[in-house]
Amino acid sequence: MPRVRVRYFAILREHTGCAAEALDTAAATAGELYRELDGRYRFPRLASLKVAINDEFRDWNSAIADGDDVVFMPPVAGG
Amino acid sequence: MPMAGFEFSRSPLVAAHLAQTLADDSCGALVTFEGWVRNHNEGRCVERLEYEGYEALGLAEGERIVAEAMERFGLLHARCVHRLGVLGLGEVAVWVGVSAAHRDEAFAACRYIIDEVKRRVPIWKKEYYADGDSGWVNCESCGAS
Repeated sequence: MPRVRVRYFAILREHTGCAAEALDTAAATAGELYRELDGRYRFPRLASLKVAINDEFRDWNSAIADGDDVVFMPPVAGG
Repeated sequence: MPMAGFEFSRSPLVAAHLAQTLADDSCGALVTFEGWVRNHNEGRCVERLEYEGYEALGLAEGERIVAEAMERFGLLHARCVHRLGVLGLGEVAVWVGVSAAHRDEAFAACRYIIDEVKRRVPIWKKEYYADGDSGWVNCESCGAS
């Protein structure tokens, strides 16, 4: 199984109680990884959510590979 | 050399100093925008804010936005700086400055940069209210359901 690093920011960081974790996942895509983690954490329902892999915006069907750094981004609020 | 870029800052922004970095004898216009920490939002009294950024992706996306503005509006210089960390009322949370030969493109470009930064750069804002409550803007109303 691929081993990935997942990082959390803002409301997701507070919800999970951690800024980052390493985990082995059976998920093949970013979307599957999110659903797997949602099963564990019961993430808050958000109006929108984006995903980045290795510091680039990606779509939810993007494949997850060993060593990837994954970030799920809640709705932004800069400014 | 054009001054063009996006940065995060953990220390207070000094608007006059930032504007000076865009000075150029070939520019006839400087337009700046300052986003300030306001004491209310959606009917609640706000005492302070906390900004958190996904810095690697935020820098890359911020740089893309400034580059888009440079290209689209033919600017000579453009710069945006966003604060991170805890900010008190009245502090400058975000500063945008653009300089160009003429005012029309400077106004339009400044507006473009702040609008796109607010929409695209992964920065999150937590409000701390006078009643002791706090919440992440754009996240809590849905999260409560």
